[in-house]
Amino acid sequence: MKSLLKYLNKYKKESILAPLFKMLEASFELLVPLVMAAVIDRGIEGKDKNYIVSMCFVMILLGLIGFVCSITAQYFAAKAATGFARKLRYEMFSHIQRLSYSKLDTAGTSTLITRMTSDVNQVQSGVNMFLRLFLRSPFIVIGAMVMAFYVDAHAAIVFAVAIPILSLVVFSIIFANIPLYKKVQNRLDKVLLVTRENLNGIRVIRAFNQEEEEIEGFDEKNTALTKIQLFAGRISALLNPITYVIINLALVVLLYKGALRVDSGHITQGDVIALISYMSQILVELVKLANLIVTLTKAAACASRIQGVMEIPERMEDDSLNGREKESEKEKKGHFGEKGVETELQGKGTELQGKETESDVSVRFFHVGFTYEGAGGEVLIDIDFSVKKGETVGIIGGTGSGKSTLVQLIPRFYDVSAGSIYVDGKEVREYETKELRGKVGMVPQKAALFKGTIRENILFGREDATDGMIEEAITVAQAKEFIEAKDGGLLSKVEQGGRNLSGGQKQRLTIARALVRQPEILILDDSCSALDYATDAALRAGIKGLSYHPTVFIVSQRTASIQYADKIIVLDDGEIAGIGTHEELLKSCQVYQEIYDSQYKKEGR
Amino acid sequence: MRGKQKGTLLKIANRIKKYWFYLGVSLILTMAAVAGTLYLPILTGKAVDCIVEKGLVDFEGLFAIFKTMIIVIGITAIAQWLMSLCNNRMTYCVVRDIRKDAFEKLEILPLKYVDNHPTGEIVSKVIADVDQFADGLLMGFTQLFSGILTIVGTLGFMLSIHVGITLVVVVITPVSLFVASFIAKKTFDMFKEQSITRGEQTALIDEMIGNQKVVQAFSKEEDVLERFEEINGRLERCSLRATFFSSITNPATRFVNSLVYTGVGITGAFAVLRGFLTVGQLSSFLSYANQYTKPFNEISGVVTELQNALACAARIFELIEEKPQVPDRKDAVVLGEVTGKVDLRDVSFSYVPGKKLIQHLNLAVKPGQRVAIVGPTGCGKTTVINLLMRFYDVDKGAIEVMDRDIRNITRKSLRASYGMVLQDTWLKSGTIFENISMGKPDATLKEVMEAAKASHAHSFIKRLLQGYDTVIGEDGGSLSQGQKQLLCIARVMLCLPPMLILDEATSSIDTRTEIKIQNAFATMMKGRTSFIVAHRLSTIKEADVILVMKDGNIIEQGNHGELLEKDGFYAKLYNSQFAV
Repeated sequence: MKSLLKYLNKYKKESILAPLFKMLEASFELLVPLVMAAVIDRGIEGKDKNYIVSMCFVMILLGLIGFVCSITAQYFAAKAATGFARKLRYEMFSHIQRLSYSKLDTAGTSTLITRMTSDVNQVQSGVNMFLRLFLRSPFIVIGAMVMAFYVDAHAAIVFAVAIPILSLVVFSIIFANIPLYKKVQNRLDKVLLVTRENLNGIRVIRAFNQEEEEIEGFDEKNTALTKIQLFAGRISALLNPITYVIINLALVVLLYKGALRVDSGHITQGDVIALISYMSQILVELVKLANLIVTLTKAAACASRIQGVMEIPERMEDDSLNGREKESEKEKKGHFGEKGVETELQGKGTELQGKETESDVSVRFFHVGFTYEGAGGEVLIDIDFSVKKGETVGIIGGTGSGKSTLVQLIPRFYDVSAGSIYVDGKEVREYETKELRGKVGMVPQKAALFKGTIRENILFGREDATDGMIEEAITVAQAKEFIEAKDGGLLSKVEQGGRNLSGGQKQRLTIARALVRQPEILILDDSCSALDYATDAALRAGIKGLSYHPTVFIVSQRTASIQYADKIIVLDDGEIAGIGTHEELLKSCQVYQEIYDSQYKKEGR
Repeated sequence: MRGKQKGTLLKIANRIKKYWFYLGVSLILTMAAVAGTLYLPILTGKAVDCIVEKGLVDFEGLFAIFKTMIIVIGITAIAQWLMSLCNNRMTYCVVRDIRKDAFEKLEILPLKYVDNHPTGEIVSKVIADVDQFADGLLMGFTQLFSGILTIVGTLGFMLSIHVGITLVVVVITPVSLFVASFIAKKTFDMFKEQSITRGEQTALIDEMIGNQKVVQAFSKEEDVLERFEEINGRLERCSLRATFFSSITNPATRFVNSLVYTGVGITGAFAVLRGFLTVGQLSSFLSYANQYTKPFNEISGVVTELQNALACAARIFELIEEKPQVPDRKDAVVLGEVTGKVDLRDVSFSYVPGKKLIQHLNLAVKPGQRVAIVGPTGCGKTTVINLLMRFYDVDKGAIEVMDRDIRNITRKSLRASYGMVLQDTWLKSGTIFENISMGKPDATLKEVMEAAKASHAHSFIKRLLQGYDTVIGEDGGSLSQGQKQLLCIARVMLCLPPMLILDEATSSIDTRTEIKIQNAFATMMKGRTSFIVAHRLSTIKEADVILVMKDGNIIEQGNHGELLEKDGFYAKLYNSQFAV
């Protein structure tokens, strides 16, 4: 909570003025019982009608001033809270925009979304309440006590005893409830999980006749939720009765004390009434305070979840290489003596790189190793190859062999753990991310589209694309036919996530989206899996014919998709099992032969 | 709208009926608690009257009053406590029942409903709406009764003390109500605007963060942030307005309260002067005046909350009352021995009426035959599966298994005789063991391991830290697509039903693994009728019957050789595999 408060900085003025005006209002409220006591003692006892009337005007005046103060306070509080929430949402959203792929993987999308929406709303109302009440309520409690002492110190001792006891009871019940509230939330989350899972897997569940088991599982979670809700309810149910008992017993004692003091002539009847009023004011404020604390703890829980998101380090800074290089240089020096061979190898690599930069190397992997954050094993081990501009590279290999990871390193979605990658002769970490990614047209495995028109979705790849460029992109992506078959053509609607399109149509649109950028490097990350062979082949032929000759990376499971590539990289468990053309690999690479055979032998070729 | 609300109220009442005992007790206790709360100021007033001035204190009278006070305090507190317990129980039980009904409904809803409604929408009905409803219901129980009773009781007590001053209170108080409802009306539109803007923002967040990787791949961060900030700014403005104007309610009613207080003070003081009232009674009046407006405000708060709760309840009931799938016929038979004879007789089907999809499809599958369904992307291949599994019912014609219309067979036994592996792998959160044994909950570890071995999942499971007891998160969590697929295959391997449906099941498994799986499948398919939706012509070639689909229609039918000879669409498709 504290670290988020910095977003309130811009609203310092409001954050100070709001509670101040609230206190001002409270002060006027505290004066009312005194005035009433004066009415009774002087007005009634002295039978002074004018006095009574004038005192009543004083009371109305007090009320009016309080009203104005209070509205002012509410305005400042609302202003600060909403402004705070806006800033917080902005910061969060832009923070999430800057998270690296690996952080996004670990954080999880749905978590991020709830943090940004419901959690921020909770914090907003927490701040609002806090600004309004955090000074007011304690102020009234203490103020009423002080006033009571002012009326009669002797009788007011009751306050001094009752209020600490009351506070203790109220707060211990509340604090006992906070962990319970979290538990309730947890169990509610579980119910949510079962429901969502059930909907997503509805076909499998029905196919396996799992309906009853699912209901049973849900029942269990549901009952657990109810149980904890009842338990939490039992504890909070104590709050009202106990406060009621304490405050009213204190009242009885107060009456008794007051009676003694009146009897001995120290105070008047009006004073006793004023004391009673103060007692009830305190009760009201304590209840408010208790509610405030509940809201605040909820808000604090939300705030700490938000904080958790904000604390995820943003993606590698663009200039992070400098620091890294120094480190690795140190390392190199350290190892120099012992590992002569390695350094020699590295030297060769640099030399090679230097030579090829001038000739047309598009992408160069230099002894790249990669490990996913938090995961144990290396996903890529010593990957080393270079690709010339305009070449087509096929990448093939088993599940989990690191194909996708490899291509995702090119636009620096992840940072390598060892070695380095060069694009156009420049280390990827030396690029500004935007510049680097501007060169790349990526077609991810998961075909993700946005709500809007087909045209808008394609323009996502390049805002200033001309109609001609769009036309070319959709033609090459083999999307033209189905787009034109739609009523609205390019302007027909795409629903959120592309729900109204088939898998193949979605893939073709994501390909068109990447093509419209006319990228230097085009990456197809297993993104033709939902296309049939004919479409797949036509797509490849189209890409070949592109006037700007991009360097193309095709990740695929099918040899047919990559067999005409200039270079095929065969991955096996994160290592390169072979590089070469189709014919070369058929001769030299056993892994490739196996893959090829599995797909073609049966065709009788 | 009114009528609908009434209907919803009735339904809620129906559900509460089950807990009528708690409701009754709660009502009685509420009355006791309110009576106690209201009686106490009177006792206090009497006590004040015993304390007149120096030397004029009636201690004996005081002690008698104290005794009564303590008893009243005790009874009130206990009543309050028990009342809360009753209300809690009632609310949470009703809510539990509703959630349960809603979930049970999900299991029998036609797939059409689920397919046509976003998951998030249904989930939010079961979770968020029900939660909101619970809050509203609880507030209703605890504050509505006691609020009304307090108002009535206060009026009664006040009248019993002094009619004139009561009238002052009764006349001025509505001002506070009027102010509150005036503000509520004025702010309603602002809140609506706020929630619309909020929805707009959530949609953007949902979409952009959900596809964050794509946004980054295209360096669209700044554009997206700009769009976000535009909505964000609007949200701040309308949120400020809504928050501020609604927050005037409290100070305003407080101001009216202080008017009431003053009014009571002045009329009361004059009444005392004229001897109609004692000072103690004036003090009782003053505390009533303080209390009297409170329940009004509470009730108006509860009414908004209740309206909200009603809206939520209506949405949940909508789900609960959604028409379920056609139940199994009473005379539906349990499919016994299945050899795998499947016939499609003149089947017509479409998802949207008027938009024709499958028309007059005829197909006779003999036991043990392999049917491959091929065709270009989006030609409706999965539709056939929807019909075979009876996820959807045919519009015309009939599908027969073992010469029996599947509508005359229990769904359970029909589906149990199919083993299905879908394109979208789906795993539930739980252990790997639980996931594989889904179709056969009483399977032993050995059986599960065997199935996993047969589907080549064993080797990667073995390498996981906890092996078969490894807990996987929602939707497979950290497993790769291929691994998930292997688990789905193992799940079917374990049950080995007489018929198989494979929907592009192997498309995301690498070919080396796939060849092993295909071997396993070959064993599995031996003697089993299987329907395969696949792109791999190598698999398809071995099929007994190939259904070539285009635009939802079966345009060609036959085996590989026949179809090649025909030199139609299939031949074109087949040849294109090698034409680059």
